[in-house]
Formats: sequence, C-alpha cells, structure tokens
Amino acid sequence: MTEWTASRGRGRFTALIFGGPALAGLAIFLVLPFLMALALTFTNQRLVSPQATEFVGLRNYERLLSVTALVQAPVDDGAGPVWPRVRDVTRADPAYAGYRPLTGFSLGTRRVTILAKDPAFLRALLNTFVFALLVVPLQCVAALGLALLVDAGLKGQTVFRAICFSPVVMSMVIVSVIWSFLFDRDLGLFNKALGMVSFGLIEPVDWLGDPRTAMPAIVIMSAWQGAGFQMLILLAGLQGISQELYDAARIDGANAVQRFRHITLPGLRQTIVFVLIVTTIAALGLFTQVDVMTGGGPRGSTGTVMFEAVQRGVREENISYGATIALIYFALITCVILLQQLWLRRRARRAA
Amino acid sequence: MTPTQRKTIPLRIALYALMACVALVFLFPFLFMLASSFKTNDQIFADLESMRALLPVGPLTGDNYARAFRLGNIGHYLFNSVLVTGITVALGLLVNSLAAFALARLEWRGKQAVLTLLVVLLVVPFEAISVPLMVLVASLPGLAIGANGIEITHSWLDTLYVQIVPFIANAFSIYLFYQFFRDIPKDLDEAAYVDGATPLQVYRHVIVPSSMPVFATVTILQGLAMWNQYLWPLITVPGEAARPLMVGMEQFFGARKTAWGEVMAYAALITIPVLAAFVFFQRWFVRSVVGSGVKG
Repeated sequence: MTEWTASRGRGRFTALIFGGPALAGLAIFLVLPFLMALALTFTNQRLVSPQATEFVGLRNYERLLSVTALVQAPVDDGAGPVWPRVRDVTRADPAYAGYRPLTGFSLGTRRVTILAKDPAFLRALLNTFVFALLVVPLQCVAALGLALLVDAGLKGQTVFRAICFSPVVMSMVIVSVIWSFLFDRDLGLFNKALGMVSFGLIEPVDWLGDPRTAMPAIVIMSAWQGAGFQMLILLAGLQGISQELYDAARIDGANAVQRFRHITLPGLRQTIVFVLIVTTIAALGLFTQVDVMTGGGPRGSTGTVMFEAVQRGVREENISYGATIALIYFALITCVILLQQLWLRRRARRAA
Repeated sequence: MTPTQRKTIPLRIALYALMACVALVFLFPFLFMLASSFKTNDQIFADLESMRALLPVGPLTGDNYARAFRLGNIGHYLFNSVLVTGITVALGLLVNSLAAFALARLEWRGKQAVLTLLVVLLVVPFEAISVPLMVLVASLPGLAIGANGIEITHSWLDTLYVQIVPFIANAFSIYLFYQFFRDIPKDLDEAAYVDGATPLQVYRHVIVPSSMPVFATVTILQGLAMWNQYLWPLITVPGEAARPLMVGMEQFFGARKTAWGEVMAYAALITIPVLAAFVFFQRWFVRSVVGSGVKG
C-alpha cells in the first residue's frame, strides 16, 4: 500500500487542494449571498444611500404581505345608493394607513375592496401563480404528446425529436423578440392567420397590449419554447417501460387507450412527477419573457415575483426590499420541493 | 422502442401528417426569423399574407446584417459573450471535476457533510440569490485597466469577470461529475496508486480519459446557460464595454422595434452558432439533457 491510500491525513490535505477552489467558489458566490439575503431582509439597505443602513425587523415582509378588506354599505343620498370613495375612508382611518386598493367586488349591496400595502407585489404573486397553473399543465401535456409521437416508431423520429427540442437551446431573449413580432397587433402572423381563416371576422387581437391576453400569450410562447425539454425526459421514461407489458396486454385484448391508461401512465408516474416539479420551479421564476416582451404591463397584468424583485431591488435600488421578494420566491420553491418529498415518502411507505 | 407492428396504413399516414404539422409549429418562428433577416421591411410586410413570410423568396439583401453589425455593435458583444462563455466553461470543467474527484475517489473526514451540503445547494435557484449577489460583487475589490495602467477598483460591476468568476464553481456540475466518477471501477486507481501514482496522476490518466461523456454533458449544459445568460448581466453590467450578446439584443430590439429585418438579422446571428452546434452534437445534447433530468 502506498502513502496516498495509507494515510487519511494526507487524503484530507489532497482533498482540500482538489476541492478547495470549487468549494470556495460555492461558499462565496452561493452560500454567502444566500445568508446575506436573509440578513438584508431585516434592514432598509439601499444600493446607494446617504443614510446608514438600519435594522427594521419584519417591516419588509409586513409591507409585502399585508392585506386587508374594506366592506362598505351603500349610503343613500337621495339620488340612489352611493359608496364612499375608498381613498377618503383609508385616509381618514389610521387602521388603513399605507394601504392601497388591489381589487374589489360587490357582495349583495355591499362593496368589498381588497387593500394591500404593496398591491403591485401581490398582483405579481397572483400573476406568477396564474402563469404556473396555466403553463405547467399545457407544457407537460404537450410534451407527453410529443414523446408518444416520437416513440410511435415512425421513420424520421430523430429529426422530429431534434426539431421539437431546438427551441430549448435558443435563448429566451431571442424567442421573446421573435414572438413579439408574431404577436404584433397589426402585422403579426397570428392575427394575419386568424383573419385569414375567419375571412376577416375575427378582429385583430392586441396580444401583448391587452391585459386580458398578455399573460396567455406569454404562456403559449413559454410552453412552445420549453416543451422539448420535458419531451426528452418523458421519452427516456417511456423507453424504460418494459415492452413485454405491452405485448401481454395486447394478447389480453387491451386496446390502445387501455394500454396507455394501465401501462404507460403508471410506468411514467415517477417521471411525470419529476417533470411537473422541474416545470413548476422554472415557471415560478418567470422573468426574461416579461422583461423583454411587456415590461410587466399592460397595467400590471404580467408582472411576476422575479420581475418585481429586479424592479424594486435593482432598478429602484431598494436592495433589501428586492432581496425580501427573492426570498419569498425561494420559499415558494421550497414548498414545492417539500410537497414532492412528502409524495415520494408516502409512495415509499405504501410500497413497503 | 415500440416496434412498428400492427399499424394500419391509414393510421401511419395520419401520424406522419400529425408529425409534419407539429414540426411546422416548432419551426415556423425560425423560418420567419431567417427569411425576414434577408428582406427589406417593405418586403417582410408585403409577404405576411402568405407562406412567403416563412421562405427566403423575392429580392434578398444582406443589408440587415451589415446594419446589425454597425448599429448593434454585434462584433464587440459577440467577443464578450464568446470570452465569458469560453473561460467560464473551461475553468468550470477543471475546478468542478477536481472537486468531484475529491468527493468520489478520495477518502477524507467531513466528505459526507460536504456531499449533503452540495445536494442542498442544488435546489437554490440562481434567481433567488441574484440581488444579494449583486450587492456582494458591487463591493468586492477588483482590477481595471485605466489611464495609469492597472488600477485597483472597489467594485466588480461593469466588468467581464463579474460575468465569469461567480459561475465557475457550479454545484450541479460537481454533482454530475461526482455521479459519473463514483461509478468508475475502483481497481483502476488502486492499481495506479500501487505503481506509485499521485492523486493528480490518477485524475489525469485514469479518471479524465474514461469520463469524456460527462465532460461533454457539463460543457453543453454550462455553455448553453452561460451563452444565454440574461438576468445577471442585465443587473451587473450597465455599460457597453462588457455587455454580452443577449443584453445587446434586448437593447437593440428596444431601440429599433420597427426595424424588423435588422432585429431578425441580429437574432439570427446569435442563434445560428448555437443551432449549428446543436445539429452537429445532437446526440450529445440529448444525452446531456436526459442525464441532467434523471438526477438524484
């Protein structure tokens, strides 16, 4: 036996030299900023400020997450029922200090206004959830369809697989730019095509300029860009399912739908869960598309958590506030991963 | 792979037709980009009503490319992006594979703890730490070439190395290397150690030569991530000198929204190298993505 394997102390020294640079890099550029983020959220630090940084406790979190509701009964002034202006009420009542309206609805004759200290952020949080809820199922179902099509054993499947995957290697910036043209109200290919198939009956849609269509437009583009990735992962899962199962099912007279339900789906379950998790995490981090295509607009309809983090933290130079938003994003991701772990544990217990 | 048995002719035709339609859905934005990049704006708009929009037909011109180079400063940004991507990937391969070697092939106390920490770090997305990381690099001492030669500065912002140094060490790369190295038979290095080899020699002559697939995987994944990086340079590189391509693209698009041909030429120039690499190394790309996806 040589000195290298014989001596553990020597091994540790060598390991330190080999692993040192990478571990130091991770410590400085990953662990340290994460700890800094935690610390920053309790301060009021700005990028450049004449004032010294102060400890402000939970104020950042409080401002981000405070929500309350204002319920107003109508007042009859003779000319019919009237509701007092929200701004007059919140100004007069110190309990509503710092609150601004987020959204409102009617409840019988009462009018309910949801107030928040930072309505833009809560709007962005909701937008992020909406984006994830729309894009994850769309992208994963599309990816499963693509994977089945590639796996159908037709000629040209390698080329087809490459074509479906090619948007994944493209930068999201480029994809966003090209699609901005496609979505153009007057000259975009989508409106041209819609107009043509409907013989001019469908009015041109201002895809990215209308608060109702901007987020769905980003959803469609994002699913198009990303589906090839999930397709590859699902394809690997599909090819791991034993062919004998299908052959046996065929002998028993199972049709294609039954084979899909009882062999393909159960065989893919673990892969599907993995794909769902990865897609959800990516969806919750939505930033580039919004930054390039809409800048969070129109009227806040496409602002997202990460977009707000950059907006407040970097562009408005409110570092501590931006760091708090980024940390809330991290908390969301952690919840998703914990859910996955719970699911895996439950499954393992059931199997045991 | 599913055998092709028992597919009737009509079903096969239907599936091929479906495949062709889906392929067109994935291809048409590229085709539109490429075709438009060779046309004048008037030509692009005139062609929108028909399939000509996706085809390079009619009077074609290279003017858009010339203008993208002249107005969009592409040459300079391209140089920055190539430099940043190349250096980060090269140093990353070395540093991360060495660390993985220490984790997978050397015995030392504390190894298990480091491995556990590494797995925890895998789930921290870059976005979550980008803002505090910017604060950190904004106050690190750096070097710059100024009027009086090399000067010491008090910030990394607006440099090339702010786009390189933080990304060399990468938890996911280490993990990919680690998984691969772990499965190489141990007798190989034992034999080398008996012959008096040092760990560095074992790394160079035993581990690296038998690990080409994982080196290719890490090169592709890291290279793509670096080439396509947007958020980080957007917040740390406000000036033009160190600006990479993607930020340049966004600025060019913002400034010349109506010059479709020029913007498309710009986009095509950035995309073609990546697509060419993808077409040539398709097998490796696919393997990398599947390998990265089936982790843990």
